[in-house]
Amino acid sequence: MGYLFISPWIIGFIVFVAGPLIASLIISMTNYNLLSSPQFIGLQNYAHMFGDSNFWLSLQVTFYYALLAVPIDLIVALVLAIMLNQNVRFMPLFRTIFYLPALLPPVAISMLWIWILNPAYGILNTFLKTIGLPQPQWFLTPQTTVPGYVIMSIWGLGTWMVIFLAGLQNVPAELYEAAVLDGSGVWAKFWHVTLPMISPVLFFNLVMGIVGAFSFFTQAFVIGQGTGTGAGVSNSGLFYSLYLYQKAFSELQMGYASALGWALFLIVMLLSLLVFRSSALWVYYGGESS
Amino acid sequence: MATSFCFLIPLFWLISSAVKPSDQIFVFPQVWIPHPAEWNNFAIALTSLPFGQFALNTLAIAVLVTVGNVFSSAFVAYGFARFRFPGRNVLFIVMLATLMVPGQILLVPQFIMYYKLGWINTFAPLIVPAFFGSAFYVFLIRQFFMNIPPELKDAAYIDGAGEWTIFSRIYLPLSKSALTAVAIFSFQGAWNDFLGPLIYLNSQKLYTLQIGLTEFEGIFHSNWNYIMAASAVIMLPMIVIFFIGQRYFIQGILMSGTKG
Repeated sequence: MGYLFISPWIIGFIVFVAGPLIASLIISMTNYNLLSSPQFIGLQNYAHMFGDSNFWLSLQVTFYYALLAVPIDLIVALVLAIMLNQNVRFMPLFRTIFYLPALLPPVAISMLWIWILNPAYGILNTFLKTIGLPQPQWFLTPQTTVPGYVIMSIWGLGTWMVIFLAGLQNVPAELYEAAVLDGSGVWAKFWHVTLPMISPVLFFNLVMGIVGAFSFFTQAFVIGQGTGTGAGVSNSGLFYSLYLYQKAFSELQMGYASALGWALFLIVMLLSLLVFRSSALWVYYGGESS
Repeated sequence: MATSFCFLIPLFWLISSAVKPSDQIFVFPQVWIPHPAEWNNFAIALTSLPFGQFALNTLAIAVLVTVGNVFSSAFVAYGFARFRFPGRNVLFIVMLATLMVPGQILLVPQFIMYYKLGWINTFAPLIVPAFFGSAFYVFLIRQFFMNIPPELKDAAYIDGAGEWTIFSRIYLPLSKSALTAVAIFSFQGAWNDFLGPLIYLNSQKLYTLQIGLTEFEGIFHSNWNYIMAASAVIMLPMIVIFFIGQRYFIQGILMSGTKG
């Protein structure tokens, strides 16, 4: 009976996930452009990847973005959550303000931020000018392209913040009281009570954040188009997913794109595994003594 | 708090830019409150491309996806929550694991599958998968179902009710808040979806709002006032939904994130 109820998911899993996964592996070993039949070429696509400078470039861009955006977003989200947890008046209002941008359509957000980060007329540079800081060209120079994306991602960290806030609110008050009795200051309370108690939430956010950063597509595509460069000046905005999209849908190289897909899958799995493994060291599930 | 003000600035700027007359866009220092405020910009922007059609398309897709997600996920969640069967836990974990699979790897094979089915340039690839249960939503609803006391089900059994009756007459009505959360998330996801429509929809008459906006930008490249106007309107339904269903969004996240 149970099988009956979950059968839609099982069917869906096979048709939309497992099947495609296997098919993707097979396709990745062919040359296939949809119009003629696939030609089997073994592991040539993977060999080609190693020599493909754009492959390495897209990995670099995506790693650079992940390395900046994930820690920054998580830390800022946590700080905001902590601030909101202080029993301030109108907390729901502030929470709304911080969470709302995360729900808006990425396409529309991208448009807005292209304009905000406009080197000459955008308000961010105007602000930097007013406080005497240099004004980067953002999406128009290679070095500042990814940082531009990172800034944009900070505006959208509402979801992480809400999750952190929930985790914070689940920390038993007695622990803080006990810490105060032991003479702990603010920092010690944070380090020895807050952090361990929210570490499962942090773990969840971290893994999801990594997966998200490596799947980054919509904004990269829209901003690439919007700045007229396709993928940033000198491909500085060539995120991995964008590269895969180009190979699959602009050049109809389905085989190579599938190989790229598998490479991404393996990389993300590896990173997730690392986080999972390391979690034994720092994630604390209630019930152990630290 | 100053930070929240900073967060709101982009939205102020959005509206400010949207109503600027064209000669006030590229002006330095920036004009924050344009005089006169060209509310007409909205009309101009939205009539230059068939945004009405785009809106209808997006709405149709979003509604169907939401219906599909809510019912199929609840159905599957019931299976995971109320029955014991061999492999249940393994399958559940497998389902959760699919959340960590980057979509890109499924992109090509799914596209080829739809191509062979002749579903390219239709709404089908965007709607059909929603009827097969989505891991995140199943998880959310299942957690909720687990909290429904088994005595209710047992009492119904004794009264001669079958599984379907128990599911539809007891569990579903009791889970309204979880189902609403799923509905809201699902609608939002479908409304905001870009990659799906991008690769599956080729004719302009099928475009969704997100694709339409991208095309609009391509045409009106430096008319930031019109682009901001169009963007603002496209964001609007999400803002409305958010304000109405705020607590469902938050609840939904609570139900998933902390149990993660």
